[in-house]
Amino acid sequence: MQKSIKKYFPIFALPTFIAFTIGFIVPFLMGIYLSFCKFTTVTDAKFVGFSNYTKIFTDATFLHALWYTALFTIVSVVLINVLAFVIAMLLTKGIRGTNIFRTVFFMPNLIGGIVLGYIWQLILNGILAKFGRTLVYSSTYGFWGLVILMCWQQVGYMMIIYIAGIQNIPGELIEAAKIDGATSKQVLRHVTIPMVMPSITVCTFLTLTNGFKLFDQNLALTNGAPSDMSQMLALNIYDTFYGRTGWEGVGQAKAVVFFILVAVIAMIQNYLTRRKEVQQ
Amino acid sequence: MKRKSIAMLLVLTMAASMFAGCGSTGTKDSAGSDSADSAASTETGKSDTASSDGSVYYLNFKPEQDQQWQDLAAAYTDETGVPVTVVTAASGTYESTLKSEMAKKDAPTLFQVNGPVGLASWDDYCLDLSDTDLYSHVKSDDFVLKSGDAVKGIAYVIETYGLIYNKTVLNAYCKMDGAKVSSVDEINSFDKLKAVADDIQSRLADVSAAANDEAGSDIYELEGAFTSSGMDSSSDWRFKTHLANIPVYYEYKDKGITDTDAIEGTYLDQYKQIFDLYITDSTCEPSMIATKTGDDATAEFALGNAVFYQNGTWAYQNIIDAGLLTDDDLGMMPIYIGVDGEENQGLCTGSENYWCINKDASEADIQATEDFLNWVITSDTGRDSVANSMAFVTPFDTFDDGYTAENPFVKQANDYIADGKTSVAWVFSTMPSEEWKNGVGAALTEYAQGTGDWDAVKSAFVDGWASEYAATHE
Repeated sequence: MQKSIKKYFPIFALPTFIAFTIGFIVPFLMGIYLSFCKFTTVTDAKFVGFSNYTKIFTDATFLHALWYTALFTIVSVVLINVLAFVIAMLLTKGIRGTNIFRTVFFMPNLIGGIVLGYIWQLILNGILAKFGRTLVYSSTYGFWGLVILMCWQQVGYMMIIYIAGIQNIPGELIEAAKIDGATSKQVLRHVTIPMVMPSITVCTFLTLTNGFKLFDQNLALTNGAPSDMSQMLALNIYDTFYGRTGWEGVGQAKAVVFFILVAVIAMIQNYLTRRKEVQQ
Repeated sequence: MKRKSIAMLLVLTMAASMFAGCGSTGTKDSAGSDSADSAASTETGKSDTASSDGSVYYLNFKPEQDQQWQDLAAAYTDETGVPVTVVTAASGTYESTLKSEMAKKDAPTLFQVNGPVGLASWDDYCLDLSDTDLYSHVKSDDFVLKSGDAVKGIAYVIETYGLIYNKTVLNAYCKMDGAKVSSVDEINSFDKLKAVADDIQSRLADVSAAANDEAGSDIYELEGAFTSSGMDSSSDWRFKTHLANIPVYYEYKDKGITDTDAIEGTYLDQYKQIFDLYITDSTCEPSMIATKTGDDATAEFALGNAVFYQNGTWAYQNIIDAGLLTDDDLGMMPIYIGVDGEENQGLCTGSENYWCINKDASEADIQATEDFLNWVITSDTGRDSVANSMAFVTPFDTFDDGYTAENPFVKQANDYIADGKTSVAWVFSTMPSEEWKNGVGAALTEYAQGTGDWDAVKSAFVDGWASEYAATHE
């Protein structure tokens, strides 16, 4: 069996590998090449060297989008993880209706980002209309609207991961801690959190990257209004590529910078949280 | 051995299903061209222009006319067997759709650009149309886009915009005590327009009652003189592009130019006063316009909640479809912004829809596309659809014998021309880029809701023009 798996491994891996190549590797390499080109359609490009990259930093909207995204990511990572962890703790205490609550909290995650964006746009505009305001009145409204939306969508998903982590903690560890006289705060601090560290790694990774590459919710909720002030990085790239004639290459160069940025941050985060994980 | 053969069998089925998956599109394609072939061969006896194996792919810009184009394409395929695909890009996404479609193997054979600025980015993809039948039917070179001597784009619809008004309400208003004008024709300057709008806005209930008496109905319930000036992307082009056209037009006119690398903004004060009027005498608070859509404005006008609505001939169908207003209720007047001599100003007439044929398409497809366009403007079915269903005014001489659009706005536009008024040309096709329009639109929104000031609009208008012109002409 072992032997035949080894033997047929390439054949079984081939379909996925082909799909991965077509759907990821080829566009990725093409994208890097195109970031050095001037073009209107992607099949018809002229090499221009680094000029696209120098243009990125003359574009004020990119820098604004960068810090706006960073701020959003920090706020959303903290809020989503804290909320998800708290709810996970509550829903592992064995209160009545636990399963219903878990299902309800998880459900928003099943709805697509564009739909969510428009629904929340209606809700938030409906509320703000009472005060004679709209969601695109200033970028602050857009910012907190997006934070609320993302919490609503992602808390349930992260909650499931935390619940799995919490349920994995051996009962005897907590029991032993209690017998030794640990208060519930101490149990949380010295037993539960270290034991769910792998879940924390996964959840922070997911929320961090989701925050950085957020696109559809941003597009649907405010589309960058007012004056591109609520525009995040991914939307900024999209608008540069499609919205500005002659700037397609710059959009592509931004995408490459964006990729490097997200990859570096994700790797640092992974390294930092992984270091805190303990062996059971 | 047995296990091995099962494994092999599995691999084979998998591979087979994969190839079947890839093949299915192939079969569809060949089926399409097969039917085209057979149909075309039966067709050859009838007409020698029918192409043998070409097909047409039209990327349509106008969502309002999507259904009509689909029907027309189906009719053409029925008649000639040549497959015609019509795809309509969602509102505001034409450039992005075109960009991705043109990179495909089956790229659009027929697409459109919005004027000189649009042509600049697609020039390399446009076929020279000077030898086509289509070009031979164009009445004047004013309706084509040229690059050097080559004809790269041909306008297929001439449109007009202005201030759409509700005739019934305005007539009723004119008869009221203390009305600022005694007939609609007296409104021929910004000051008169403002006086009337302010007066209507100050006594909405009375005007509604008078209008209902006049119409013998109870449909009018005015909420403002003007419809909401929505700055949602479905509506903001009415202000950042169409309204901005007028100050740009007058500046060009003063200087005797048709294009510029730096606008001065000499008529920005007039632009401000008309925009102020729009957002003040309106159905909604200025702070709310950022989310108001084009549909909101159409509904407000069509359901009798507003008197004035800045839009164009293309809005006719949507207004009528709401079912409350009839042709007799509709009128259109020039947009007066307060320029000297504007009593002779007419409506804004021009085109931003130019057909271009994809140079990189195959010979057969190019031929098929030319034949299709020729059919659209010469056959009875095509002309009937364009003139009556789509209600387009076209620049082609083939429409002169009885195929004129039944659109009251179009008639009104002709009346203004007959009266010797000077039409305002569509110079917005020379605005440097979409980015410029977006900048002006965003500044207008912030000005309206009070988070920005007019200086920001000025700067977006004047400085934005220079920097965008430089960015797109490097």
